[in-house]
Amino acid sequence: MSTTTPTSVAETGRAGSGTAPATPGSADRSAAEIADLARSVTGSALLDDTAWRRYLHGLPGVDKVGADGRAAALGTRSIKTTSKAWALDTIIRMVDLTTLEGADTPGKVRALAAKAVRPEPADPTCPSAAAVCVYNDLVPVAVEALAGTGVKVAAVSTAFPSGRASRAVRLADTRDAVEAGADEIDMVIDRGAFLSGRYSQVYEDIVAVREECRANRHHAHLKVILETGELATYDNVRRASWLAMLAGADFIKTSTGKVSPAATLPVTVVMLEAVRDFRALTGVPIGVKPAGGIRTSKDAIKYLVAVNETAGGDWLDPDWFRFGASSLLNDVLMQRNKLTTGAYWGPDYVTVD
Amino acid sequence: MARTSKAPTPTRTAPERLGVRKTYKLYVGGKFPRSESGRTYEVTDTKGRFLANVAQGSRKDAREAVVAARAAQAKWAGATAYNRGQVLYRVAEMLEGRREQFVAEVVAGEGLTARQAEVAVSEAIDRWVWYAGWTDKVAQVAGSANPVAGPYFNLSAPEPTGVVVVVAPQRSSLLGLVSTIVPPLVTGNAVIVVASEQRPIPAVTLSEVLATSDVPGGVVNVLTGFTRELAPPLASHLDVNAIDLAGAVGAEGVTWGELEAAAADSVKRVLRPAVGRRGDDAEPDWTEAPRPQRILAFTETKTVWHPKGA
Amino acid sequence: MTTTASTAGSPFEYAPAPESRAVVDIASSYGLFIDGEFTPASDSGSFKTVNPATEEVLAEVAEATEEDVDRAVRAARRAQDKVWGPMPGRERAKYLFRIARLLAERSREFAVLETLDNGKPIRESRDVDVPTAAAHFFYYAGWADKLEHAGYGPDPRPHGVAAQVIPWNFPLLMLAWKIAPALATGNTVVLKPAETTPLTALLFADLLRQAELPAGVVNIVTGARATGSALVNHPDVDKIAFTGSTPVGKRIAQEIAGTRKHATLELGGKAANIVFDDAPIDQAIEGIVNGIFFNQGQVCCAGSRLLVQESIAEELVDRLKARLGTLRVGDPMDKNTDVGAINSPQQLARITELTDAGTAEGATRWSPDCELPSSGYWFAPTLFTGVSAAHRIAREEIFGPVLSILTFRTPSEAVAKANNTPYGLSAGIWTEKGSRILWMADQLRAGVVWSNTFNRFDPASPFGGYKESGYGREGGRHGLAPYLIEGSTY
Repeated sequence: MSTTTPTSVAETGRAGSGTAPATPGSADRSAAEIADLARSVTGSALLDDTAWRRYLHGLPGVDKVGADGRAAALGTRSIKTTSKAWALDTIIRMVDLTTLEGADTPGKVRALAAKAVRPEPADPTCPSAAAVCVYNDLVPVAVEALAGTGVKVAAVSTAFPSGRASRAVRLADTRDAVEAGADEIDMVIDRGAFLSGRYSQVYEDIVAVREECRANRHHAHLKVILETGELATYDNVRRASWLAMLAGADFIKTSTGKVSPAATLPVTVVMLEAVRDFRALTGVPIGVKPAGGIRTSKDAIKYLVAVNETAGGDWLDPDWFRFGASSLLNDVLMQRNKLTTGAYWGPDYVTVD
Repeated sequence: MARTSKAPTPTRTAPERLGVRKTYKLYVGGKFPRSESGRTYEVTDTKGRFLANVAQGSRKDAREAVVAARAAQAKWAGATAYNRGQVLYRVAEMLEGRREQFVAEVVAGEGLTARQAEVAVSEAIDRWVWYAGWTDKVAQVAGSANPVAGPYFNLSAPEPTGVVVVVAPQRSSLLGLVSTIVPPLVTGNAVIVVASEQRPIPAVTLSEVLATSDVPGGVVNVLTGFTRELAPPLASHLDVNAIDLAGAVGAEGVTWGELEAAAADSVKRVLRPAVGRRGDDAEPDWTEAPRPQRILAFTETKTVWHPKGA
Repeated sequence: MTTTASTAGSPFEYAPAPESRAVVDIASSYGLFIDGEFTPASDSGSFKTVNPATEEVLAEVAEATEEDVDRAVRAARRAQDKVWGPMPGRERAKYLFRIARLLAERSREFAVLETLDNGKPIRESRDVDVPTAAAHFFYYAGWADKLEHAGYGPDPRPHGVAAQVIPWNFPLLMLAWKIAPALATGNTVVLKPAETTPLTALLFADLLRQAELPAGVVNIVTGARATGSALVNHPDVDKIAFTGSTPVGKRIAQEIAGTRKHATLELGGKAANIVFDDAPIDQAIEGIVNGIFFNQGQVCCAGSRLLVQESIAEELVDRLKARLGTLRVGDPMDKNTDVGAINSPQQLARITELTDAGTAEGATRWSPDCELPSSGYWFAPTLFTGVSAAHRIAREEIFGPVLSILTFRTPSEAVAKANNTPYGLSAGIWTEKGSRILWMADQLRAGVVWSNTFNRFDPASPFGGYKESGYGREGGRHGLAPYLIEGSTY
């Protein structure tokens, strides 16, 4: 019994499918509207664990071998010349340049911010990255360094990466980042709750964090990290994606990057299928961000192909697709330079940060 | 032969060009370490002339080999049968490339004529090819769909038992070696080889072949040394699943009976040495046609049931 | 409602990514490969082979006469009596291993040539046809020296000389499916490739030179129907292996009736791909698409009938249409092409005729927008909804990229509809429920049942049909049987 029936559901003020999707956060849905949509889609007024399990476990399953095969087939696309040049520039524009180390300092963050704004100092045609992603105590440094550049400040929060803290602490973590000026919040779901079937808790967590993002006239957009490596099965990835989308996520994100496996192509395809189907059902577009383990241009291009042929061209925009990465940027710059000069570059020719 | 080679005739002239001699090491986890004990022992040819100082493996080396084998086994078993077949065939390609070296080593170690050694080496390579071709066929010959009396799908299939110790034959240093090492590899076992104590050199050359043949590190580990020192700790090791006792025949200071007894404590699968032609414990004629039973000795049969109903 | 539209209008356009032709040398003309040498036909007759994507002539190929066929059979007989028959299995094995490795070494050459001669996308010949052919030789090489363990007795014997006629849809792969088991069991071979796709067989003859296979063990006689007929009817042929259309297969069976010739036939199909309401839907879509558009649908086991459970039919068809929008139809030499050219004008005419009949009989036809090249033989991926079991497009094999969609309500109804055909080659089942898969597999009268997958081939896996899809199996231990006296009765 498929629950992703094509009957249209009450539009929620967003642009319907077939027209250009609105930027995340711009058409602001209230908590009440989100909850209404969740109730009507799941068919439950209560939204308790039982109701969630019935709905989520009623979604179509994912055959692992078939899903892996589809990802591998997408990976055989040969992207050359002009399409490769477009792809490399697009990847740069989609990178959330990330530093999430215990040893991070203001100096490190400023250097990263400069790199995000001007990845290739000698080449003004090189686009800027989408965002810089940092721990929330360094948000003020990033905000100051990026003021007026158009590059966003994303902060991880909710006791990233494990998420193991009380709700009050996780919300305070979020509030700090939002009030310091973060444009985007990357939260983690409680995987322990998910894996033990406490779906309503995961849902309510996301709803609460979303409220913090919009408190006091702030308008941070919310990425929900599923930590797919810990969810283990593709069925779980599909279920967690739908749970997060129905809870009001603006983006669903694969991983913290602190756990292996992080992002993989098949997992990302499953998530792209989820956002595609969600928009078909509700008219609401949601973004996807694979993070961690994407180090080469070759791999990143495969992801763009996957976006193109799964969710569609509408998603090929930094507003709807991001890469959470650090070393990827340099590999892309080297490839980009190879396309223009014809020679392979070495690491001495791109900056360390 | 004891440590002393026969008293040599002093050399009063020098050759025009002196060769660069090999250092003989163990092969564990895809690398070539010396024995952790630092010991070596002298190996001579059938005429008592010095051939090499070969690593004298210890029980600690044996222990490390088991760790390496266990670490590598799951991935080897998880490769497709086709992939394992290709890897094993590539070993045969590399063996063929080293014909001359093996022939010389068999002549020196076993005292065969060059002609006899050529035959033995050719046989060993063809035998390796024979086993390589079994990887994607064992399940078809030893497995079955079973017609149980009920609406169930029922399938039996052979699986590798895990980590296998092979006490390699003492006399047949290449053909016998090959005939005991490859069969467990076919289905995805990882192997620890205790080489012939007096004729270990072809085993060391074989380990170099394995290292250049896409065989993942740890899938085959080769220990040189004294059988009485290496075989007992391996026979009683709780993380070894099976043991082939071929090389206990003709080994000094150890019997296959005591090794079998040591293995019993962990319910190891034991392959006893063949009965010789005269009914005694003599090494068999390895030129006899091989049989798939040597492959199946190191497998477990798994039977799966599944109901059939709309 | 549409799920996301196709890649049309996407900012991400894929620039041309052509595979280079330079890797393969195509001669301007080819002779017959008989007794280890290339020779012209006895009457110097020849025909042309064409690139179906461009209509460019690739080469001129000799057309074997009855006299040439006779010479080839005699060469095969002599080789079997004197060289290949007496040869120990372990030596035969090593020849076959050599062939497998050479095919892997020269894989790019063979893939490009196959695409040029057949019209299939380079990605398919590179990733499926050639590697599977190499693997087939590798698998059967390993049987040559262990036939006594194959379950056919302690010393099974070959029939002798095998006459093999193969189709144009997978030229090199079908060659491998025929030659590998024949040689492994000790037979020698005279093989006739299809007249529109002789080139990879002729390149294979060159590979045999590198393998140093003794003369006469494999002979390749190019030609058309007359050559095939001469070969099949030659009195000194012991065994016939035929893959091709059902009408020709029936004729062969009639022609050898009353003789002692053995034959196996692999003929047509009209497979049902059955999708239940609890199918893993995204993978089912891939399986449906692969089932009917892989190799342009020119596959005997193609999933040409989609039987979808009525409760999800509308949603499934919507998703299918969206997915078809991402298929790239065009130059087979472009690495991003998904659907290539139809193999010949004759085949294109047949597909067109049947598709027109579908519309005439009242089914609803749909294709995604695609720009087809102006020269060459092309047919857009097509699906029909509103199909009933009596329609020609539901009963006759189209052998093209055309999917007929029917619905069902219960598992028994799906079985009945799936089995309601004279064919019985393959079937697909899509459901998350294991017991239902196994129950359906029991009921379906098809030689190959794919569950939650489709079009999977492996040298270790027996392939062949029930009913008018033919008899005999290729692949696996079962694939040895037809080539051994002690192996089978037919």
